[in-house]
Amino acid sequence: MTATLTKATPTMAARTKVLQRQGAAVALVLMVAVSWLVFPRFGSLDNLRDLALQGSFLAVIAIGMTFVIITGGIDLSVGSVYALGGVLAAWGSQYGFLVALALPLVVCGLIGLINGLLIARTNMAPFIVTLASLLFARGLLLVITDEGANTYQIPADSAFVELGRGTVFGFGYPIFVAAVLAVLGGMVLNRTNFGQNVFATGGAEQSAVLLGVPVAKTKVLVYTMSGTLAGLAGALTAAYLQSGVTVIGVGLELDAIAVVVIGGTLLTGGMGTVLGTVIGVGLIKVIQNVINQIGTLDSNYQSVVSGVFLLIVVVLQRILRR
Amino acid sequence: MPTEIPSSPVIEVAGVTKTFAGVQALRDVDFTLQRGEIHALVGENGAGKSTLIKVLTGIHTPDAGRITRDGHISTIYQEVNLVPLMSVSANLFLGREPRNRFGLIDRARRDADAAELLRGYGITADVSSPLGTLAVGEQQMVALARAVAAEADVVIMDEPTSSLEPREVETLLGVVQKLHEEGIAIIYVSHRMDELYRICDTVTVLRDGVNVHSGPLKELPRIELVSLMLGRSVKEIENHGTTAFGEDHHADAEPVLEATGLTSKPRINGVSVAIRPGEVVGLAGLLGSGRTETAKAIIGALPIDGGTVLVAGTPVPRTVKAATRAGISMLAEDRKTEGIIPNLSVRENIVLAALPRLSRFGVTSRSKQDRIVDTFIKRLRIKVSSPEQKVAELSGGNQQKVLLARWLCTEPRILLLDEPTRGIDVGAKAEVQALIDELAREGLAVLLISSELDELLDGADRLVVLRDGSVAGELEGDQLTREHVLKAIAAEVTDDSDHASTH
Ligand SMILES: Nc1ncnc2c1ncn2[C@@H]1O[C@H](COP(=O)(O)OP(=O)(O)OP(=O)(O)O)[C@@H](O)[C@H]1O
Ligand SMILES: [Mg+2]
Repeated sequence: MTATLTKATPTMAARTKVLQRQGAAVALVLMVAVSWLVFPRFGSLDNLRDLALQGSFLAVIAIGMTFVIITGGIDLSVGSVYALGGVLAAWGSQYGFLVALALPLVVCGLIGLINGLLIARTNMAPFIVTLASLLFARGLLLVITDEGANTYQIPADSAFVELGRGTVFGFGYPIFVAAVLAVLGGMVLNRTNFGQNVFATGGAEQSAVLLGVPVAKTKVLVYTMSGTLAGLAGALTAAYLQSGVTVIGVGLELDAIAVVVIGGTLLTGGMGTVLGTVIGVGLIKVIQNVINQIGTLDSNYQSVVSGVFLLIVVVLQRILRR
Repeated sequence: MPTEIPSSPVIEVAGVTKTFAGVQALRDVDFTLQRGEIHALVGENGAGKSTLIKVLTGIHTPDAGRITRDGHISTIYQEVNLVPLMSVSANLFLGREPRNRFGLIDRARRDADAAELLRGYGITADVSSPLGTLAVGEQQMVALARAVAAEADVVIMDEPTSSLEPREVETLLGVVQKLHEEGIAIIYVSHRMDELYRICDTVTVLRDGVNVHSGPLKELPRIELVSLMLGRSVKEIENHGTTAFGEDHHADAEPVLEATGLTSKPRINGVSVAIRPGEVVGLAGLLGSGRTETAKAIIGALPIDGGTVLVAGTPVPRTVKAATRAGISMLAEDRKTEGIIPNLSVRENIVLAALPRLSRFGVTSRSKQDRIVDTFIKRLRIKVSSPEQKVAELSGGNQQKVLLARWLCTEPRILLLDEPTRGIDVGAKAEVQALIDELAREGLAVLLISSELDELLDGADRLVVLRDGSVAGELEGDQLTREHVLKAIAAEVTDDSDHASTH
């Protein structure tokens, strides 16, 4: 009760903003610079291309998560939905490019829509609702793959594979998809009425209602968006791997949440940026990449390092917000 | 003031009833708002004013009754209802942002429009900074600007002036007058009689959810209006004055609180205040003059660049906890963000700060709690269905009373009160003032911040006047007059004293 007595002064707020916005960016620049110097292979074009490609799948999911978290919610289902999206795309690829792409988007979008409707209309906690759909999506995936025994392959000559494996100057298509979505996401968030509603919903829900913001509709939309984007990321991954791998995406929702928070989006809602999320993705991927470079280090350290990093960011956010 | 009132209602309410779990907030209420009139809506805390407004705007659906609206309604709700984390300009234009030719929000134009719009309300803050960084009064002005800019046929204002300073009140009343001249109908809720008599044409009095009177305001003597609100006879009320403060207190010689050279740039700069036991010291000044900041600096809630706080001669470490232990308590100005815990019960909210004192080995005596809570509920006339009711369900004024009770029951040595009677009705206001008086008589040192001059003049034994974050003067004895204070507060405020002469 005592901590709430203070109110941020303008200078403090400005400082907080800079650190929250740029904190992750500064860390990213430092990480990249150090890695470049220490590991000669880090700076190679091949490695950077690979890094960007790896990051693009997570980025697509995290963009949706950014919207959800800004409304003050959370979407735990994205990892499962991502895997489901991949399997649906691989299965659908036998009917051509369009089905391979549209099927995961529609089904995953529907799961998101149901999440959103349940959260907005029944006032159930997003944590519970999306935890349920995490289980549901994983279950559905197991059903259509015979308990995971059946891995659908995508014919190597199909146009759909091109979506995951095609390149421009060696940079994979998924990188461009993620980049376009990030730009669009940033624009939607900051330059459209829907984006403003997202901020208002998360910033002060009661007030938002009185201000005439369609709070319920906004929530339904962000969860639908999150589901759809997770499905898209799954489809891209399947195209890249040329198959609907069933075991991927476990715990991916936590990565997505982590990069969003590292990027400066408040876990309590009301504030955040897509750019920050992209930087967060960059940070996590660079850390993982470096750990791989060290070679002798157990890859489990990736989680340890990301975990410590997340903790630092959350603690910093808390301190800065006082 | 225009006299002809064309008789075509913009809002008509017939037989509206609204019940919340256990509480009948509105009972068979009829209410008519004529085109172009300024209609005062008055009543005690918890009488149902805000509920009626929320029924009018469609936030609440009534259990029974009929509502006809003819035109667009724009509302300023009782609590500032904007989004603190969003920028000032985003709040101002939320839902009707200026667009560029691609249909995207034109942020540069939004900021420019916002800055220009707010300049008309005397606000020069950076419109791209988060709304939450503005003072409460400034936020209220932003809410006003937002409501007016919506170009509605009806503007509803639920206690718009409760967090404003005299000068801002003037601005607001000027805006109301302008809207009136444009033919816009206004519903105006306030506990400040002066304002009502200055601007309102008609009045509706609610008591316990019932419309007990509707009619022209000018013909209704003030005392009769109060008697209608409280449901007591005129004679009974005549025995009380305007405020319920008693005579001067007998203060000890040695100050119990000595704050020297408090500095926290850029808000306050070298403010010194000393209070003796049994003394009520008022802090006067305009909005942004540093009164709230001074109080916060004393209790350690504001980081300071310099200055010391002594309690009974001993320096107090600069944390709220240490200050509380030393016997300082503070009633914060902004109850919504600084104090009320909406989902806890009235009882829990009241005893919260006193728990350490009420408990032994971490176990609290429930019967002791209940006794204290009951006393305050009765004394402050807090309208609750039971002490276990959630605070969020109380009316605005009753929430304020709960907060007041919380700090009073900590039995502090020094009590800092920032706008203690904000939003509190006439009946309870007198009760609060009497209580402050009584506590001072028992030896409590009180720092009183109020934007109501009468309250400061009657309540305080001494006034410290702040201007731009520094002490501009101290007034005592016969200097405690309206004219002196106004002169000290700001040189440019000279013609401000006329609006209180409606007594
Ligand atoms: N959401 C709610 N749930 C339960 N009770 C409520 C709710 N909202 C209002 N009430 C009750 O309805 C009654 C009327 O409240 P209302 O807010 O309309 O009073 P008011 O006249 O605006 O008072 P004030 O002057 O203090 O603002 C009060 O007793 C209050 O406790
Ligand atoms: Mg009210």
